[in-house]
Amino acid sequence: MALPNKPAWELLAEPDLTKVPVEEYTYDALLVGGGMAACGAAWEIGKWLPDGATCCLVDKAALERSGAVAQGLSAINTYIGENTPSDYVRMVRNDLMGVVREDLIFDLGRHVDDSVHHFEEWGLPIWKKKGSEGKKLTEGGEPVRTGKWQIMIHGESYKCIVAEAAKAALEEKGYDLHERIFIVKLLLDANKENTIAGAVGFSARENKVCIYKAKAIMVACGGAVNIFRPRSTDEGKGRAWYPVWNAGSTYTMCMQVGAEMTMMENRFTPSRFKDGYGPVGAWFLLFKATVTNGYGEHYVKTDRAKAELEKYAPYGLAPVTPTCLRNHLMLFEMKEGRGPIFMDTAAALNAFLEEKKAEGMDEKALKKFWKELESEAWEDFLDMSVGQAGLWASMNIEPEKVGSEIMPTEPYMLGSHSGCCGIWVSGPNEDWVPDDYKWGYNRMTTVNGLFTSGDGVGASGHKFSSGAHAEGRIAAKAMARYIRDNADFAPSLKQSEEELKEEIYKPVKVYYEHYQKTTHEMVNPNYIKPRHMMERLMKYTDEYGGGWSPYYMTNGKLLEIVMKHLQWLREDSEKMAAGGLHELLRAWENLHRIWTVEDHLRHIQYREESRYPGFYYRGDFMQADDKDFDQGGWKCFVNSKYDPNTGEWTVMKKKCHQIISD
Amino acid sequence: MPSFVNPEKCDGCKGGEKTACMYICPNDLMVLNPDEMKAYNQEPDQCWECYSCVKICPQGAIEVRHYADICPMGGYVQPMRGTDSIMWTIKFRNGNIKRFKFPIRTTPEGSIKPYEGKPSPGADQLDNELLFTETADSDRATCKPSDFA
Repeated sequence: MALPNKPAWELLAEPDLTKVPVEEYTYDALLVGGGMAACGAAWEIGKWLPDGATCCLVDKAALERSGAVAQGLSAINTYIGENTPSDYVRMVRNDLMGVVREDLIFDLGRHVDDSVHHFEEWGLPIWKKKGSEGKKLTEGGEPVRTGKWQIMIHGESYKCIVAEAAKAALEEKGYDLHERIFIVKLLLDANKENTIAGAVGFSARENKVCIYKAKAIMVACGGAVNIFRPRSTDEGKGRAWYPVWNAGSTYTMCMQVGAEMTMMENRFTPSRFKDGYGPVGAWFLLFKATVTNGYGEHYVKTDRAKAELEKYAPYGLAPVTPTCLRNHLMLFEMKEGRGPIFMDTAAALNAFLEEKKAEGMDEKALKKFWKELESEAWEDFLDMSVGQAGLWASMNIEPEKVGSEIMPTEPYMLGSHSGCCGIWVSGPNEDWVPDDYKWGYNRMTTVNGLFTSGDGVGASGHKFSSGAHAEGRIAAKAMARYIRDNADFAPSLKQSEEELKEEIYKPVKVYYEHYQKTTHEMVNPNYIKPRHMMERLMKYTDEYGGGWSPYYMTNGKLLEIVMKHLQWLREDSEKMAAGGLHELLRAWENLHRIWTVEDHLRHIQYREESRYPGFYYRGDFMQADDKDFDQGGWKCFVNSKYDPNTGEWTVMKKKCHQIISD
Repeated sequence: MPSFVNPEKCDGCKGGEKTACMYICPNDLMVLNPDEMKAYNQEPDQCWECYSCVKICPQGAIEVRHYADICPMGGYVQPMRGTDSIMWTIKFRNGNIKRFKFPIRTTPEGSIKPYEGKPSPGADQLDNELLFTETADSDRATCKPSDFA
């Protein structure tokens, strides 16, 4: 047997950098990312850039199945329809405990339906109410609403359809699409202060480095996953609730060039079907299932639950309990020893059957009704979370016979689902938007020419897939405006080709310099493998940064310890080693993870309260303080900024404006 | 290992332009070994079980063995994806089988014309906040908070 002292990867990385070519490209607009936001941007920008302009979309995967919707979805969670954008703002504001950018949310609310209408036009099947089947939404077709904002879809091919439209748009305009290029770093302009000039990455398929120069760049490559120890730590860590390939790249790349971040203390800790992380929305909203504790008690209705919610007024007393507080109640039951928590799927499904029986439905019709109901229940998983269906099959779970456990997961960072961490961006350039919320170009960060959308935009959650697409479009149009206004700007880079190549391929050099110094390539005191880097990160964030094992609890003392570990991780990242191209991808992803988590914990350190009970707790400041920031309270944004010139961080409070009345 | 390849069925996509699973995997997991002309999942503990490789494989050579550290053995979920619908077979540990079929698309693959029949706004529209499809009919898109006061 050969000694395990060689790289095990199929595609090896090249340590001799003279054999690694550098490709240089110059575009007007560069779109980094391949999910819903980037696809929206790719479609929109073609109609606004002038003839002869150039654009490229760079994706680390293949556009057809890239991003959070890769697997499909069973619902579109943001469709305004008969509601108003103002009510949409009210819903998001309460769910996110009051501190949100109402301008961005309102803006999204007025554009999002247009994206949904186009998904349907392109071929996405949207469920319709009986009587309006076959009619499109734009023709008066009535969607099957689960909640006030959600509509059901047959969404297995949702991303394929949206990507096909984006690809066709790029092709029609003569723009480029580069797949399997992982952009790992943004580049500032050599001459113009605080202005984006380019980006650099590498191919996951062949040994080459790609340098892009562009007048305007949008970075939209998702949130951050595998940053806290997952509940399943072997193979099961792949079954992350959010896409496992989201490595915090959006946040890290933007913060490294000095983009101001906002609400990075926010995280999302979804309560999902235990271990398979299947969606619960349809079960709550469509099937009207209830959640019980281990003793069958509908605990959210108890007096003790009401008392807990009162502690977090006014949010806890709102008609719809915020997501974090629903978690809080669940954790309260678990900690008091009344677990496990169950979704009572059996009672919910049987209630539908009993209702039909009472209405006098005959046996045959009842059987058909049941078939449809069962099919809807399973489609919810098969459309978007097949692993959950696999778990039910493995455990002989038939939802009409037995309930399933619900459990809060490990924490995730994102800005488009029920979370709101991200980058501080300009709102729309309109009179009703407060002056400190706008600086000319919608969705532009505080770095000139650098835009973001989807998970990248902070303080405006609940966009979901449709909202991310619409937001990509909003950003794309603003990019076109920026490019027009800066027509004479010729981006130039500070670093040479060779310097950039050295930096990108450093983990490869480290690996090949040392890998023969022991008889097992995984155990070598001269370097650290990306795998071990991630495991170490997840261990310490979990134990000290409020992961699941201490029930999401941290405090100032614990944070001091984890910050020390993050400092060591950053130092050790200089010794990350990659023998293959896939491992080089992992090395850079983990560097992105470390920076993102560091900013997350820096914000938690700064905000001396527990704004999101159920997502995390500061044991030394257990209350949410709703006084305005000029009265010493925390009803304000926390923003942070890394200075790329000095390497110093500043963290600050920012005013939160209420634009929409209560 | 979440997705796995049946060596009897995998032909390395030798007749195709690209190795389908390697092309599609969102997490860069599927790779082709050119000596054996077989594909494999190079990092099973980072597999999301998204089934993109399973659905795209022209030979039906890829299946999923559910997470070993979570699932009791014997469960099995396998799709057959067509151009307008997908058929799922679910086999339970106890041998029970369920089958479901769902629509996935109402238009032919490759038929999308994203700009056909859509407005082409002039450069003068670049300074407002309307998206290009909204420039013709824009009640919702031009609204302000005061419209709902």
